[in-house]
Amino acid sequence: MSTFRNRNPYRRARSTSVFSGFDPILTGAVAVLLVIGTLLVYAATRDWYARNGLDPQYYLKRHVINIVIGIALAWGTTIIDYRLLRAYTPFIWLAGVAGLIFVLIPGLGSEVNGARAWIPLPGGFQIQPAEIAKISIIIGISMLLSERTHDSDEPSKNDILKALAVAALPILLILRQPDMGTVFIISASVVTILAVSGAPTRWVVGLILLALIGGFVAVKAGVISDYQVKRLQSFVDPTADSQGAGYQLRQARITVGSGGLIGTGLFNGPQTNGRFVPEQQTDFIFTVAGEELGFVGSGIIILLLLTILMRAFGIARRSTDPYGTLVCTGVIAWFAFQIFENVGMTLGLMPMTGVPLPFLSYGGSSMFANLIGFGLLQNVHASHRS
Amino acid sequence: MNQRSRLNLLVIQIFIASLMLALLGRLFYLQVAAGPTYRDAALSIQSRDVVTPANRGFIVDSSGVPLALNKVGLAITVDRTKIDALPDKGDAVLRALVKLLDLKFVDVWQRTRLCGELPRGQKAGCWTGSRFQPIPITKSADPEIALRIVERSDRYPGISATPIAIRNYPNTVGVNGGHVLGYVGPLTEGDLAGDNGRSYFRSESIGKAGLEIEYDEYLRGTPGIKTFIVDRKEAVTNTSQNTKPIAGNHLVTSLDVRLQSATEKALGEAVLRARASGYQADGGAAVVMDVHNGQILAMASYPTFDPNAYERGLTVAEASALYSEAKGVPALNRSLQALYAPASTFKAVSLIAAKDAGYDLNKRYECPSEVQVGTRAFQNFDSKAQGTIGLKTAIAVSCDTIWYRIAFDEWLRDGGLKPKSSPNDYFFKAAERFQMGEKTGVDLPSESQGRLANREWRKEWHEQNKDFYCNYKDRASKAQQTTFLLQLARENCLDGDKVRAGDAVNFSIGQGDSVITPIKLTQMYAAIANGGTLWQPTVAKAIVSTEGKVIKSFEGKKLGDIGVDKQTLKFLQGSLHEVTLSGTSAGLFSRFAVPTAGKTGTAQVFGKNLNGSLKSDTSWYASYAPYKNPQYAVVMMVSQGGFGASTSGAGVKKIYEALFGVQGNIVKPELALFPKGKPPVKLPKISPVTKPSASTLNPEGAVKK
Repeated sequence: MSTFRNRNPYRRARSTSVFSGFDPILTGAVAVLLVIGTLLVYAATRDWYARNGLDPQYYLKRHVINIVIGIALAWGTTIIDYRLLRAYTPFIWLAGVAGLIFVLIPGLGSEVNGARAWIPLPGGFQIQPAEIAKISIIIGISMLLSERTHDSDEPSKNDILKALAVAALPILLILRQPDMGTVFIISASVVTILAVSGAPTRWVVGLILLALIGGFVAVKAGVISDYQVKRLQSFVDPTADSQGAGYQLRQARITVGSGGLIGTGLFNGPQTNGRFVPEQQTDFIFTVAGEELGFVGSGIIILLLLTILMRAFGIARRSTDPYGTLVCTGVIAWFAFQIFENVGMTLGLMPMTGVPLPFLSYGGSSMFANLIGFGLLQNVHASHRS
Repeated sequence: MNQRSRLNLLVIQIFIASLMLALLGRLFYLQVAAGPTYRDAALSIQSRDVVTPANRGFIVDSSGVPLALNKVGLAITVDRTKIDALPDKGDAVLRALVKLLDLKFVDVWQRTRLCGELPRGQKAGCWTGSRFQPIPITKSADPEIALRIVERSDRYPGISATPIAIRNYPNTVGVNGGHVLGYVGPLTEGDLAGDNGRSYFRSESIGKAGLEIEYDEYLRGTPGIKTFIVDRKEAVTNTSQNTKPIAGNHLVTSLDVRLQSATEKALGEAVLRARASGYQADGGAAVVMDVHNGQILAMASYPTFDPNAYERGLTVAEASALYSEAKGVPALNRSLQALYAPASTFKAVSLIAAKDAGYDLNKRYECPSEVQVGTRAFQNFDSKAQGTIGLKTAIAVSCDTIWYRIAFDEWLRDGGLKPKSSPNDYFFKAAERFQMGEKTGVDLPSESQGRLANREWRKEWHEQNKDFYCNYKDRASKAQQTTFLLQLARENCLDGDKVRAGDAVNFSIGQGDSVITPIKLTQMYAAIANGGTLWQPTVAKAIVSTEGKVIKSFEGKKLGDIGVDKQTLKFLQGSLHEVTLSGTSAGLFSRFAVPTAGKTGTAQVFGKNLNGSLKSDTSWYASYAPYKNPQYAVVMMVSQGGFGASTSGAGVKKIYEALFGVQGNIVKPELALFPKGKPPVKLPKISPVTKPSASTLNPEGAVKK
């Protein structure tokens, strides 16, 4: 890349700006998604709030604030020296774990839809420590698996066990909430990082098997709460719980399906405006896209998300430093599985869990985490050529 | 990165890309391939139709007198969207309302629940419409009470009083007409599911019986529809369509309200007369038909019900009485749903059979007190010998033994129990000339099909029942194990598939397994009267729009001809006239001012009543008049009514008196129902206030006004 810079005399001048080193396609895709997400959040809430005598721009305003804060965080994440980031990692991890313990203490964490996942803040804001934990786990185990104490191109057994321990504690805490969607996403990210770290294949395969068996035992032994079993059942048989999860999934599917090829037009979806799908500005934001923008619009959203992922793969591959590669891999896996879980749930391909759609859903913690994740990608992108 | 890392990264990249493409594929399926299905589903979630029912068309008689029309009632309605918003969900309001209207709270509560809100099995009386439609608690409120509700709207939130169209069957000149007119009622789930191939809206009323259901598609009109788009809380966000209702068309029938009333009255009196003579008389029917086109001029069935009861709201007791056997099953239209052996009225057919078999109609035959058929002796009616008589007299005095002998001889000639490959079957074939085993096809629902117990039917019957009769001792109940029944079972098992001598002999006098509806017998006698044409009976004459335009006319349909030569027919007509002159109905008709033709029938019925008594005979009288220039065929049947003449014959005479304006034994033309003795051909002007013409009223004075 240095040859490239030499060929372009203007590059240096630009790289000194605050956006120096930003991958333009990646940045562009994220920016477009943020705009689309803002419109969708507004479309999801405007009519209902106006009709019920509330501020129709309530969610719009907060969403914009979240994005502004998120962009600041992303920028901070990008310009910070990633070596410094490594130094902070234990603290971020500890903060995440502390938050996860905090939400489980009765009376302190607030419960939404059966999961104790939020710390209430003044002004009606809430923080979801699991989102911080995602980042800390990705950075933490990437660090552990990329630092070679011996001259080998694969991490030692010791490193792997340490990395798993770092991941295991937050996962167990999130399991207690319980937030199966996040557990699934983090676990998938850990396995992905491990696979790319050069760890022996038996570890990767072993972990996947362990996750499968663990999940099976959890369902059988009743560790998973009632409402989760119901959600799983209604995924297998949508009529099983026609008032609860089954109802939501059916409504979501009808709403998306009714959009057809080109949709009803933004703000014009009767399903959306009638608010037949619950949580449509957060977890079910994709139904709004499906109904109002149709296959064309929602297809473009998926292609934009795919673009982000594919650009990130490029960054991971070009990184000169294994740590950078692993962090990118972790962020990719996190985004990818969260997208697949969220959209898959909306379209009836995945069971119902409460995970937001990256860059589109309303929700501060998730927006901050996603933009920090984006910042991490940019950081690696910028640092491998400096 | 080592090689494995690079490879794994590539594998993961491909995997993730394919996950995203899977989402894209699924999206395509949902939105493009299955899009229309989901759009329909979404529509049913978002939209709520509010239906304004169209004014239902009238049903009028042949001179335009309304038999069914709409009355303005005052409905007290409950608006669910409003009372649901009250803190107690309207409990207090409903309780106050119930007190005011003197109703039961449970009834009102039930009536204001949407059917979907109630658990399965507890839906009786629920509201089949939507939440957005005001739900009527009563349709005929006292205006004073209604005013009180409207004035104190603060005390009765969500309750209002509105004028509403209710179906009304005016009892003009005392007419009931329930069976032929039918009634209207709310839709069932089956109607909504499109069982009859039409589509309805939930809150519509629909014809449920009689003409109301038969011509529902014309009468109902097109309801107006307003479609609201609603949100999850059922709050209206938009209106997407708004159409005005189009009134239904009127139905002109061939009925005459005065004749209908007279017929109902004559039938009712006949039943009561039979009861007074000690017969069970559990029900009856009477039909008056125009012999020239099959138009039904009157049709009555006893016992009857009040067609207005449905709009008032049937109580549970009223509803169950409709089908109660102890109450005589008033819901049954016996004119076309009851099947009875025609008895001696069938001898008109037997006469044709004898002619076909080569018997000389002008010869004299012996009418002994009994005829030996195989090992059994078949008695004449009352075991009376009539000497040697002509066939005309045989019909007139209703000799049975002449027909026994002819039927038995013909049966032997056809091979007896070992029938020839192509038997003559003169008696069956004569019945087939009249299409006796078939429906008449009258334009009313649920007509029963008669049964012609010929050779084919016996084979079929035996196939279905031999198992039972051949194992009778094991299958039948103790009470059924009498010596007679056991022997009958053995016979049925052995040769129930064959026409036995007894069957053939019984058939010739209209007894045994062959049964018929009153309307079918009317059609047969009309054919005898009109020279042989079997007309499809019709009640409807035309469909006329509210502007008076004829939308559709119903022409009489010829179903066939009995194919009997003029001479034979003339002989038969003469014989039937002889019945009224010197025969079994001479006591009633010999001095009647209008010459008629007719035949009595007294059919033996096997079995017991609910109270354990043996069933009495079915009383029949089939006739037509005037004898020379026939215009009307009139048949009356009283189940368990005793003798044909004294019960039904006398009833038919009453009908003729009304038709022809007979008072004493003199015809008073000004009293005849139809000028020039013919029912009107021209379609009448339709108006809700048309009254029957007073100058031609029945002298008995069905109308007092």
